Amino acid sequence: MISFEMPNSIRKTVTLMQTVAENMMRPVSRHFDECEHEIPWDYINFTHEALKAMGGGTLAPSEGNGRPKEADAPKRPSLAYQRLAFSAEVLSWGDAGLYLCTPAGMLGAAAVQATGTPEQKQRFLSRYRGDKPVFDAMAMTETHAGSEMPSATRTTAIREGDQWVLNGEKIFVTAGRKALVDSPGFVVVWATVDPGAGRAGVKPFVVEAGTPGCSVTKQEHKLGIRASDTVSIVLQDCRVPLDNILGSAEVQTKTEEGFKGAMATFDASRPLVAASALGIARAALELLKECLERGGVHIRYGLPRSRMTNLEREVVEMEIMLRSSWLLVLKAVWMMDERQPNNLEASMSKVRAGDMVVRITQRAVELLGPLGISREQLLEKWLRDAKINDLYEGTGQINRLIVARRILNYSRHELS
Amino acid sequence: MYGFEPTDEQRMLVEAVQRFAAKEMRPVAHDADEAGELPPALIEKGWELGLLQASIPEGYGGFGERSAVTGVLAAEELGWGDLSAALAVLAPNAFALTVLTAGTEEQKLQLIPPVIGAEWKPFVAAFVEPDFDFYPGEMRTSAAVQNGGYVLNGVKALVPYAERAQSFLVFAAQDGSIQAFVVPAGAPGLTIAAREKLLGLQAIPTYRLQLEDVKVEARLGGEQGMLFDPILASSQVAVAGLAVGLSRGAFEYARDYAKEREAFGGPIAQKQSIAFTLADMAIEVEAIRLLVWEAAWMLDAAKDEAAKAAYLALTGAADMAMMVTDRAVQILGGHGYIREHPVERWMRNARGVASYVGLAMV
Repeated sequence: MISFEMPNSIRKTVTLMQTVAENMMRPVSRHFDECEHEIPWDYINFTHEALKAMGGGTLAPSEGNGRPKEADAPKRPSLAYQRLAFSAEVLSWGDAGLYLCTPAGMLGAAAVQATGTPEQKQRFLSRYRGDKPVFDAMAMTETHAGSEMPSATRTTAIREGDQWVLNGEKIFVTAGRKALVDSPGFVVVWATVDPGAGRAGVKPFVVEAGTPGCSVTKQEHKLGIRASDTVSIVLQDCRVPLDNILGSAEVQTKTEEGFKGAMATFDASRPLVAASALGIARAALELLKECLERGGVHIRYGLPRSRMTNLEREVVEMEIMLRSSWLLVLKAVWMMDERQPNNLEASMSKVRAGDMVVRITQRAVELLGPLGISREQLLEKWLRDAKINDLYEGTGQINRLIVARRILNYSRHELS
Repeated sequence: MYGFEPTDEQRMLVEAVQRFAAKEMRPVAHDADEAGELPPALIEKGWELGLLQASIPEGYGGFGERSAVTGVLAAEELGWGDLSAALAVLAPNAFALTVLTAGTEEQKLQLIPPVIGAEWKPFVAAFVEPDFDFYPGEMRTSAAVQNGGYVLNGVKALVPYAERAQSFLVFAAQDGSIQAFVVPAGAPGLTIAAREKLLGLQAIPTYRLQLEDVKVEARLGGEQGMLFDPILASSQVAVAGLAVGLSRGAFEYARDYAKEREAFGGPIAQKQSIAFTLADMAIEVEAIRLLVWEAAWMLDAAKDEAAKAAYLALTGAADMAMMVTDRAVQILGGHGYIREHPVERWMRNARGVASYVGLAMV
């Protein structure tokens, strides 16, 4: 059935997250933007306790992370990813940088969740329910290879006895410092077990905090999301247990199934990035409308373009962009929950949200003129925070490529 | 609970309309546009789908229940087929569904059954006005109380099949609200001007209507009158649904063409400039489709925000349709400009989407 009725349990989550966003995030938003490498422990500790109190201890879907399923899980359709999307949206409305500091299982945990065995999920994910907040990260990008990483990775994983030995350097690792230095977390490192095999040889490995040979070497200074650390990681003869590989170690050059399986993580994470983007966009649009209201500009909905002022047109267009993008996100996560393949929908939502958040924040800054660029407001920060959503988890271009291949039914050889 | 899948019943209906669109509408759309008329048999076949009848309860001669969601799903398929033919098939909807929404019991019993008989008959709405800043909420056509009845004055545009219409539902401003009045063909003071010449919709005849002191006895809804917002919203989502279908068709055509057409040693679809354009088109169609679905769902659920949602859905759909049909022409290059291909027609039809409010309803 086609329905847009928000389930009550999600409504409750949204209300709770909204309180967190308003009280724990907005008041310190500017501070952690200006003090770039300071860690927001108050927010982290508070959300850690709050999430534990809520029962899950993690925003990652509860199923299979070492905890028994909710008793009613088989009867009711899953809302896990839908709930995550709403949480990401509301917390990013609060502050997108702080949202990335939520100790609840981010991309690394998502990879374990998507491709790990039950034992691996128990080993790596149960830590989120401990006394201290824990972080994880995903290490993919290398200095010479961003979107091209899978086929061009230089980080190697060589098997020696019952261990994998990792060597290489990863950059742009979101929350890598918190995962490896500030908490007993882990990083999922992508490395090749067979440099001659191209993409088929690339596998994800879990590297836990404190593993000798793994070090955080650089912390980036960024345009936005400054509350979230972005680091380089060097792996020097870094040894991890054999069972730390996610998925099969076999190199399937013919079918690429192994690689595609690993890539399925993105079908889950891209709509969540899109959701985060749209939280920023909503914040910007709300502020814009508030400022206009204060200035005596009331948006008259229903008018034809010929009767609207430019400001009205802008706001109406923004609302259309925002709402329709959100519905793409909602459909993509709904499909995740329904266990339907959503590769196309995930990338669609990411492309549109990445575009829209950039457009909406930039236009809002422009329309508010001196107020828009003022650092006394958060709007200019949101413009800076917004842009990351068009870059990470696959740039807008890469996600367009995925959409294009899907709609044209082309392989990556036919369309590159 | 959220849901993005039509019910089995809706799916069956959509499939039936899709068959009609593919087998009946598409093959004749080009010639109909050139000739300036639709084959009468096409409209009859479209009427046989029973879309309107399925929206009207048994008590008034129909066999179903009204649903805006079901309506926009069907509208999308009709819009995919051909917008002119879609608006012809749906023309009586605006008449009958307005009566169903706003009429008194007596009016419903009297006015609806003749419209929904076995044969398609041009009972049509006179809604749009020929002004650049036409705004449904403030129509210039006026109704004034006189001797217990009403006197109508004004000009209406885009009235389909006016020359053959048996009866018009004229929308007019009365004391600050929009009301509807049934005006029979041949009423004194009613003049039907020459057929309009339009950029698009060339297969469906539309006319201007001049109303000079046209006297009618009653308005829709009697004493209480009519609440205009839900009527307007219902029409906005219907037209938006048509626009989604029209755009989807343009996207599909451009996509298939790009895979066939070769340049520089391969299909142009293998060039990123084309492939990315197609990706953007697909994303826009899908995003706005969901926006239209949500607005329709809000209407069915009688949500407070439904009127605003319907307005945003139509505004979004109008922009999307223009973007998508324009890019479709662009992807075909010079060929897109030639009338042998349908994309130029779709582009012409798409440009007016925001102005077609009142021509269809769900």
